[in-house]
Amino acid sequence: MRLPPFTFLEPATLAEATKMLADQGPAATTVAGGTDLYPNLKRRQSSPKTLVSLRRVDGLRGIRANGSGTTIGATTTLGEVAAAEVLPGAIRDAAGFVSSPQIRNVGTIGGNLCVDTRCDYINQNEEWRRAVDFCLKDRGEICWVAPRSSHCWAVSSTDIAPVAIALEAEIRLASVGGERVIPAEALYRDDGIEWLTRAPDEILTEIVVPGGNGMRATYRKVRRRGTIDFPILGVAVAVDVDGGGECTSARIVLGAIASAPVRASEAEEFLAGKRLSDEVIEETARLAGKAARPQDNTDLNSRYRKRMVPVEVGRALRSLA
Amino acid sequence: MTARLLTLEVNGTTHHIAARDHATLLEVLREDLGLTGTKHGCELGECGACTVLVDGAPWLSCLTVAREAEGRRVTTIEGLAKGPEPHPLQVAFADLGAAQCGYCTPGVLMSASSLLETDPVPTTQQIKEALAGNLCRCTGYIKIIEAVHLAAERAGAASGPGTGGAS
Repeated sequence: MRLPPFTFLEPATLAEATKMLADQGPAATTVAGGTDLYPNLKRRQSSPKTLVSLRRVDGLRGIRANGSGTTIGATTTLGEVAAAEVLPGAIRDAAGFVSSPQIRNVGTIGGNLCVDTRCDYINQNEEWRRAVDFCLKDRGEICWVAPRSSHCWAVSSTDIAPVAIALEAEIRLASVGGERVIPAEALYRDDGIEWLTRAPDEILTEIVVPGGNGMRATYRKVRRRGTIDFPILGVAVAVDVDGGGECTSARIVLGAIASAPVRASEAEEFLAGKRLSDEVIEETARLAGKAARPQDNTDLNSRYRKRMVPVEVGRALRSLA
Repeated sequence: MTARLLTLEVNGTTHHIAARDHATLLEVLREDLGLTGTKHGCELGECGACTVLVDGAPWLSCLTVAREAEGRRVTTIEGLAKGPEPHPLQVAFADLGAAQCGYCTPGVLMSASSLLETDPVPTTQQIKEALAGNLCRCTGYIKIIEAVHLAAERAGAASGPGTGGAS
């Protein structure tokens, strides 16, 4: 499979990059590692006229620790994130679980945060999609997962986002109009077609991970093989524990279960103010399971993925107890 | 879409090529430079057959726009041997029969050679992790892992006890 024709621009500074993106309009898209975009282009899921590469943009790559936390440049590779001892273990694990060593040498943390939603009916070549008829996410008028739906159910497949949300990280976005900083959770929308709140002319420049004294966090990933595969369920849990061993607050975030990462709010509220006893863990996990309504549109089946939610949330909480 | 000048350093030689922007490194290596040792596999980043080294790190040439490799050192399977001397990994793979159809072998060798540069005496777990992006559909992986161990043992006279030996 070949890439569709495009013009490849390689700006050297962020100012140049945002200007190129604004000048080119919606026919342009940004690319960093390209490990998500290029397969999608080969399958003709989209055909942008221009790619603005962020790889040579000065200052976007690298990890800087400061007093209140750590800043990760958007084009820092997943391999670099996985190896960075200054970062919380949960985000290093999530980066290290992404695909294969080759992909982690090239794929970036910004790219993983923005990774396209996935579905058995969209991640197919163009001939296949034409044969069954194109779906909502690509030219068509029907969702093959839920034919009566007017909503696209493609699955949020980022490993980094659930952890970023659980750690209360922030995302910095830049455009010719200026910069804005948003909570990681506000980057996402539960819509398989418009899954990001990032405007087309905005560039995700960095992720800021707070220090978090007394915070414990973990990430667990379910997939068929121990490598290469995207998540079919991701569970990120962060708990703030006080001196007496009580959870003062908790964030439980489910990935790959909807078109955006899902907060298990009921489970979070139940856990707040309690100790991580066996009974509390079991009830928290059960409540988290209620938040998940996966569709049959990725590997394995939706019943299995739903049943695995309390299992994996329970395992995550036990590892933090 | 017109071709533009592309300058690539491949296996120590600088090449000037006219290439279109959307040409992948895999296409340029095979079709413009005639370096057909690097294989087309899935072309979607899932199999590792097209693995080459870029500045010493394994990259997938099928998912690299050739222009992104400008200013970097590209090493392909053709550049692994030192002149007429095969790389120790190539000798070990031949000695142990660690290839069956051989299609995945160039990619496997590139990933393994990068591993031995950073960890001259890797553990079995490190080998498995380093090769986790290279699929082999015929031999299974036992002989491949044994061959990487053998190459490491032969190359590193200083290998300590308990680190060799496949399991």
